[in-house]
This record gives sequence, structure tokens and C-alpha cells, in this order.
Amino acid sequence: MTTIFGVPTAALYGQLLIGLINGSFYALLSLGLAVIFGMLHVINFAHGALYMLGAFAAWLALTKFGVNYWAALALAPLAVAILGVIIERTTLRRLAGLDPLYGLLLTFGLSLVIEGMFRHWYGSSGQPYAPPPQLQGGVNLGFMFLPIYRGWVVVASVVVCFATWFVIERTRLGAYLRAATENPALVQAFGINVPLLVTATYAGGVALAGFAGVLAAPIYQVSPLMGSNLIIVVFAVVVVGGMGSIMGAIVTGYMLGVLEGLTKVYYPQASAIVIFVVMAIVLLVRPAGLFGRGE
Amino acid sequence: MTATTASTGPAGVSTSGETWGRVAAAGLVIALVIAPFGVYPVFLMKLMCFALFAAAFNLLIGYVGLLSFGHAAFFGTGAYISAHAAKVWHLDPLLCVVLGGIGGGALGVLIGYLAIKRKGIYFSMITLALSQMVFFIALQSPFTGGEDGIQGVPRGTLFGLIDLNRPLAMYSFVLVIFLFGMFALWRIVNSPFGQILKAIREHEPRAISLGYDVQRYKLIAFVISAGLAGVAGGVKSLVFQLASLTDITWQMSGEVVLITLLGGIGTMLGPVIGALIVVTLENYLAALDFPVTVLIGGIFVACVLLFRRGVVGEVEHAMRKRG
Repeated sequence: MTTIFGVPTAALYGQLLIGLINGSFYALLSLGLAVIFGMLHVINFAHGALYMLGAFAAWLALTKFGVNYWAALALAPLAVAILGVIIERTTLRRLAGLDPLYGLLLTFGLSLVIEGMFRHWYGSSGQPYAPPPQLQGGVNLGFMFLPIYRGWVVVASVVVCFATWFVIERTRLGAYLRAATENPALVQAFGINVPLLVTATYAGGVALAGFAGVLAAPIYQVSPLMGSNLIIVVFAVVVVGGMGSIMGAIVTGYMLGVLEGLTKVYYPQASAIVIFVVMAIVLLVRPAGLFGRGE
Repeated sequence: MTATTASTGPAGVSTSGETWGRVAAAGLVIALVIAPFGVYPVFLMKLMCFALFAAAFNLLIGYVGLLSFGHAAFFGTGAYISAHAAKVWHLDPLLCVVLGGIGGGALGVLIGYLAIKRKGIYFSMITLALSQMVFFIALQSPFTGGEDGIQGVPRGTLFGLIDLNRPLAMYSFVLVIFLFGMFALWRIVNSPFGQILKAIREHEPRAISLGYDVQRYKLIAFVISAGLAGVAGGVKSLVFQLASLTDITWQMSGEVVLITLLGGIGTMLGPVIGALIVVTLENYLAALDFPVTVLIGGIFVACVLLFRRGVVGEVEHAMRKRG
């Protein structure tokens, strides 16, 4: 059997794949956080809860209405986005101009409410969600066995991340967004509806979280607390990457996911904390973050 | 968070607000001395632990403007160390609590040193992430007993003389530590050192240009806050005779933020009033079939949207408006 540094290659590739999948979720979520932060200057603590809502929306749609996975992949993010519009219009908007820490506290409270209700209704245990029939099974790549669904998650998240990057950096809408981030008053004066843009940005950011939730449903079980532990790791990812650049958020997400996977192979005890350790090192060496522009 | 904080008069000048503050503080002490004869002592001791914890946290958010979202790490570490010292080393209860405080403070040096490298929202995220790391370490290390925690912690005999298993003796022990902690915080806030902290909160670049080593002041404030949080955790582990993972979770960090926000950020009495409200609510809700986290989250939202000054802050504000 071939080994690399004393580890069988099959195990190594297996953990790398898991790392890539975790990285996909880190990338999708930190991307959403970065987009929202750029426009609203709010760290959306509710991101984890909305990711969980995306997964639950898919699960509920399937078990209650028989809506299949592919429809859920479009409908669940839409539902989360609508909730995002409501949250932004009724609460976050009223905090504009205040210290950004209030946004953090508000969204923290919202996440407690959302998670508390779902735990009350569905308990703490996970609900299984089967992958769609088209993506079941796996293929033998010769050097490892690849479950098709897991490959799909990596591909889908890369495509969505890239599409988001493209919209923001390469389209007219993205140009408005970036301009409104720099100077909202001036952009408003040019006749662009900035408040609408802000709402749309928040809705789009949380839709990414909802999408990640649907992708995650067949891999992890659907449970009310699936988002809360993830979001803290994503915060560390955001600190490592710095929120200045969209591409930075994506790249850092995948990088740290893979690093976590590798740690699981070589030193499993540290796998839960490796991202936090990386964050500490980055803070010592380059406090603004790998892709940050300072404060 | 400068918008909500109450400013005190210049050092040494007594204002009417200060007089009211003294009256309120005296009222609190009298109430706490009388209370155990009418109210369940364990409830009051829990209240004092959380009030001291929140007051320590408030030193950072209220007087330096730093929102730590990871204070459970210090509270939990204090609880584990005190519990270990009492159960395994059979040390004097007071020494156990002091060790808990030192442990919390030492961890505060590490986490504080990293966290003060960033400001604002990043500071909050870093403290949250590092406290989560401490949680994972506590989960895995044999020292903490993992999921079981350290159970059956003996309360011990204070100075070899006073048996703390007697409820009233334990209550007095907790009351003295609580009052000592609150007095220490009051002295710190009203000292020249405290004035510099407030200067950093109000306008950091100006404090730097005046020649203050801002980072050092922030770190000292962080370590004091972490140390007192450790003391609160240590007392808690002796009161409940248990140190567990609950003490060190991010939910605990969130709870202390809520207590302080609800009571009033940047007020001396706010954390006490906040703790009274939250601990009472949790006690009553435990009997009902209503999820506690939903209520706590709801209070969070209501606080942020409707009364950002908190209960004590709103009262102070109303009094200042009138007089």
C-alpha cells in the first residue's frame, strides 16, 4: 500500500475530500459574511442559524410537501432570502449609523430565537436527508473512492462562489454595490436606490447561507444546532482572510478546510482547534489578515 | 458603544448622580445582608456569581469599549481550577478562589494579547473564536473531566475554622468576595487608570497622541477583567460544587453579554440588576415548557432595538434629564 509520511494514500485523499467539503461550507459562509459586512458594516451572527434554516427548509419541503432536492436547492435559499429581507427591513435598518457592535448583538439575539424555536419543535437530534437519486453511489477513481454527492458539493460550491465573485467584481450591478460600499451618499445622489441595494445585499448574503444549508443537508444531519458551532469557525476564517476581498474570503475558506482535513490525518486531536491556532498565528504575523487592507 | 455609556464627573468632584449611586450601593449591600433570611441562599449566591462575572465583563465593554464575546473561557477556567484545587489538592476555599482568579487572568494575558491586535467587530470575533478553542481543549483534556466535568467539589473549611457546608457561612463567604470584587472594580473605574481607559473608549487616537501606551492599558484592563471573571467562576464551582462544560460554552459568553446589556453597559449597578433579571427569569422558566434561549434571544433583540442604555442606564438618563 502506498503511503505518504506514514499515512495510507486512500485515507489521506479521503480526509482531503472531507477537508474540501468543509472548506466549501467555510467559503460559502465567509463569502456571505464578507458581502454583508462590506455593505452593511454588520457581522451577521445569524448566518449560522440561517444556514440551518436552509437545511431545515429543504428537509421540511421534502417530508411535508414532497418537494425534491433540486427544487429545494432553489426554493430554500429563496425562503431564507425573504426572511433576510424581513430581518433587514424591520430590525437591522434601524441600527444604521450606530456602533457596528449593536448589529452583532442584534443578529446574535436573532440566532438564539431561531435556533431555540427549532430546538423546541424538533429536538436536538439530527434528521436524515437522503441525497437525490441522481447523485447517490460513488465512483472509483483508482486512487480513492469518491461518493458522487460529495464531489457535487465541491463543484456546486466552487461554481456559486465564482458566480458571486463575478457578479460583484465584473458586472454593472456589482459596480453599483462596490460604489455604494465606498460612498453611499454619492451613489444615492446619482439616482441609485441605495436602501434597496442594502436590502438586496443582505438577502443575497443570507441566500448563500441557505444554499450552503441545502448542500449540507445530505452530508451532515439536519439539526437545529448545525449552524451555531460552524459559525464560530467561520468567524475565525474571516479573521484569517480579512473581509476586504471577496476572492480572499473564498480562497481562505477552502485553504483552511483542507488544512483541517490534513490535520485530521496527521494529528487528529488538534483538528478541532487547528483553524483557531492558524488565526492566532496570523494575528501575530499579519494582524490585518491574509487579504485584509487594514482598518 | 460610546453612545450608551454614562459619563461620570471629573475625579474627586461629587455630583448628584454619584450621591444617588452611593445610596443605591448602600441599599444593595443592606438588601444582600438581609436577603438570605427571606430568599433561597443558593439563588442569591448564583445571582452574585453572575453579577460579579458581568461586572468584570462590563469593565471592558463599558469603560474601554471592547466587546469580548469569549468571557466564558475565563469564567470556566476559573471554575475548573478552583474545583480541581478544592477536590484534588484540598486547599483552603479562599485560596481555591484566588487560584481560579489567577488562572483566569493568566489565560486573559494570552487571549488578550492576541485580541487587542484588532478593534471593534474583529476583537469580538477573535475573543469568540479563541474561547471556542479553549472549549475544545476543555472538552478533550482529562483535567476537566470532559462531558462529566468536575463533580462533588467540597466547599471545605475556611481558614480551617469555618465550615462552609453551613448555608449561612457559605453565603457570607460569597457575599464578602462579591463585595470585594465590586469594590475593586469601582476603585479601578474611578482611578486615574480608569480615566485613561475611558479616554481610550472615547477617542483612541487622541489617547495615543497624548502619549499613553494604549495597547498596554487595554491588556491590563483585559487581564483584570479576565481575572475577576475567573474569581466569579471559582466561587460558582464552590457554590454548586460543580465545574462543567456549561461554564465555558459560547452560550455562557452570550449570557454575560446579555446580563450587562440588559442592566446597563458602563454602569456600576447595571450588571447586578441585569443578573437579577436574567437569573430570576431562568429560574421561573425552568419550570415552564418555554425554551429559555428564545426568550433570551428575544430580550437581546428588544434591548438593542428599544433600550440600548439598559435598565440602570435608562434610569440614570431619565434622572439626569430631570435634574
